[in-house]
Amino acid sequence: MLQAAQTTAAQEPEDSGAVQELLTFTLGAEEYAIDILKVQEIRGYDAVTTIANAPSFIKGVINLRGTIVPIVDLRIKFSVGVAEYTPFTVVIILNIGGRVVGMVVDAVSDVIALKPEQIRPAPDFASSVDTAYIMGLGALGERMLIVVDIERLMLSSEMALVDEATA
Amino acid sequence: MAIDMSQFYQVFFEEAAEHLASMEALLLAIDPGAPDPEDVNALFRAAHSIKGSSGTFGFQDMMEVTHILETMLDRVRKGEAPLTDDMVDASLVAGDVLKNLLAAHRGEDEADREAAEAICHRLEALCRALDEPSRGEVTAAPVAVPPQEAASPAGFDLLFTLVGDIGGERDTFADLLAELGRIGVVQTLEAPTPGERHCHLRIETDKDGDFLRGLLEFVAEAASLRIEPLAGGAAEDEAYGFFEDLPEVAGGSEWRSSDDAYGFFEPLQSVPGAAVAEEAYGFFDEQEVASLLAKQQAAEPYGFFTELPVPDGAPSVVAEVQETAYGLFEPLPEAPATSSPEQVEASVAVDAPAAVAAVPQPPARKPAARAPGGGDSGSIRVSVEKVDQMINLVGELVITQAMLTQAAVNVDPVICERLINGLAQLERNTRDLQESVMSIRMMPISVVFSRFPRVVRDLSQKLGKQVELKTIGESTEMDKSLVERITDPLTHLVRNSLDHGLETPEKRRAAGKSETGTITLSAYHQSGNIVIEVGDDGAGLNRARILAKARERGMAVSDSMSDQEVWQLIMEPGFSTADQVTEVSGRGVGMDVVKKNISAMGGRIELDSMAGIGTRITVRLPLTLAILDGMSVGVGPETYIIPLSYVMESMQPERGMMKSVSGVERLIQVRGEYLPVICLHEVFRIPGAITDWSKGIMVVLEADGQSAALFIDQLIGQHQVVIKSLEANYRRVQGIAGATIMGDGRVALILDVPMLVGMARRVLPAAA
Repeated sequence: MLQAAQTTAAQEPEDSGAVQELLTFTLGAEEYAIDILKVQEIRGYDAVTTIANAPSFIKGVINLRGTIVPIVDLRIKFSVGVAEYTPFTVVIILNIGGRVVGMVVDAVSDVIALKPEQIRPAPDFASSVDTAYIMGLGALGERMLIVVDIERLMLSSEMALVDEATA
Repeated sequence: MAIDMSQFYQVFFEEAAEHLASMEALLLAIDPGAPDPEDVNALFRAAHSIKGSSGTFGFQDMMEVTHILETMLDRVRKGEAPLTDDMVDASLVAGDVLKNLLAAHRGEDEADREAAEAICHRLEALCRALDEPSRGEVTAAPVAVPPQEAASPAGFDLLFTLVGDIGGERDTFADLLAELGRIGVVQTLEAPTPGERHCHLRIETDKDGDFLRGLLEFVAEAASLRIEPLAGGAAEDEAYGFFEDLPEVAGGSEWRSSDDAYGFFEPLQSVPGAAVAEEAYGFFDEQEVASLLAKQQAAEPYGFFTELPVPDGAPSVVAEVQETAYGLFEPLPEAPATSSPEQVEASVAVDAPAAVAAVPQPPARKPAARAPGGGDSGSIRVSVEKVDQMINLVGELVITQAMLTQAAVNVDPVICERLINGLAQLERNTRDLQESVMSIRMMPISVVFSRFPRVVRDLSQKLGKQVELKTIGESTEMDKSLVERITDPLTHLVRNSLDHGLETPEKRRAAGKSETGTITLSAYHQSGNIVIEVGDDGAGLNRARILAKARERGMAVSDSMSDQEVWQLIMEPGFSTADQVTEVSGRGVGMDVVKKNISAMGGRIELDSMAGIGTRITVRLPLTLAILDGMSVGVGPETYIIPLSYVMESMQPERGMMKSVSGVERLIQVRGEYLPVICLHEVFRIPGAITDWSKGIMVVLEADGQSAALFIDQLIGQHQVVIKSLEANYRRVQGIAGATIMGDGRVALILDVPMLVGMARRVLPAAA
């Protein structure tokens, strides 16, 4: 049901011409945008508890008010920028289909509203991010936003966040 | 005066369900050959309470069934008829019918009228069978049968109002006369008419007031029932008349303690005034109560029970009554010595107004339900979400408290003495709070197990097998949500064991086993799991037949499959090896559904079987909320928790203890035994850990009957930790059973000891 609701939410802008609100963040020099409805909160980077034998982009787990939440470093996953942890490093806590996941980014920029016509389809190109997870490229003046289908990305098997059986 | 009865319905439903449950438990436990009188009484009371309250609420169908049931039980209770297996069976069926009717009234189910009628007939037939020997004589002379014993019969005046709506007043009255006729000479002074249900009888009998009361209690409205000794009788009779009230009180409190609804039928007369007032507020208009109370206060004899001035001599009796309500029946005869005849007279005489005051109460004004919120079960229903939220908040509180304690380490204890004391108290309080909050969600598994005696009983009768059910570890606690979800799969497993596992008595005898098969249900905690086992000592699984069946179904199988793999086949969808599809099981829908349900709970199911010995099905479920005693250990920069139950000992190894096999030092000699060594830092690839044997610590672990030594850097401490699921937001990790939150707010991972120990046996590290 939740998924259905989210799909309609994603389609709505195209149907009605309504505006989609996106949270933008930076990874290195690149600017990314995700659906703001998937974002639960934004917090600083705390010490994590590492998980043995996990892929390098999974930093470990943290305690988020009693819930164990895995933390993914998108900079390592997307091979952009330098994965360093400063007091200004930001973790975006996402809530995707009831699962809570945190992702480390360099900085959160702002919340913007994009009309459907401002999102161009992404051409097929080779990158460390599978283009299947890119919903499109948003043009905002000089800036180019990479609009990521964060739900699909986080639940995908390459993120290794979900058991194969339940994925 | 219109009272909205629907507000009491919920109370009635819950109460009736409770009574039905206790009835069933009693019926299952009772031994028809030698029934415990207490049990029979309890049964009767349960039936009676259901009848009373369902009548009050206008649930005629339920009342009819319980009435007949009650009549039958009453005979047994009074020792007029022996309890038979047939009766127990019929009562169980009646219980089922009542449950169905109850569900129907709740709007949850369709009422099965046919079943209700069928059971009514069955019970009636049983009652009639009991009546056969005596009925002819009784009906022949219903009014005046000479007393059976002529020894100094005493006289009583019986005043009461017949309970309405039970098969018509006339019949009830006639039955009653017949009944009384058997114990003495009855005179009818005032017979009930269709409009007026008040009666006045006079009886001469050698039985006492208690006995009469027992007879009348169920046809007369308790509040209106009065039994008075005839004036001019012998002195001892008068005394009896006086003390006749006392047993009443005793009876009243006895009933009330065991069965609240009952208290309602007779509080006006038999319970001390204060109690009446309290109870009554829920049901009567305040005005009514006030007037009632006023009348009671005016009526002197009530002063006897309340604190109003009483004639000297009496208080001692009162004290005795109130303190030792139970023992009252015996000490009574001695009591007259303590009070004078005048007092006796007075109390009997003034008893009347109070009773009269009570009589005009129409039955509808005495709902047999408790005041809202005054339930004696003392439980409230709260959504699980709220509890979960509370648990999380308390978890936060504990962490905050730990942070405060940490921060207070540096303050000067002399200057900040009060702060430090306060923090210590805070710590205690938070721990207590955490413990009690945690316990809210945990329920003993006996909640699930308690339904199986019935399942086994019914099924074994249907299948003609003799089965004994053993339950072990009923107090094992597990999360409430799991308790609810495990019930159905477990029922499936038990039914399967009974149907397919256990053999018929003949086959068992032929196999040299005792005719009675055993089904064992056990539950225990293991490594953060709750393990539930369903075992039987039946024929075991038939490997050849399973394989043949699998081939027939076109499954890819081979003869070289291990037993475990073969057993897993029976949990494939649509797989059933039962030769015949029975009503009970064998449609092949059972096991795969069970497996699906259990994996949905994050659990595992395992089967062990041996031909001719039996089968054991093991269900392992995660204990999402269990608290675990853990030992925290450090490896490099990381902290891990080892469940304490696996830890045998820990030691600092000396060089000589390490032994090598084919060039690899991977065995340690502990007290003559060689144990494999697991290096945690190697398994988890932790950098910066100690690698020198003599500098680290060896923890000897035992799991599943195997031992191994775990090499770690240091021991940190011992804590009670709350197991948190890693899988809720992440996935299963090899060697990790779960996670927990430490005092400083950090996450620590809990080791999956059985897996690690198993790993030590299987995987030997490459030579260094």
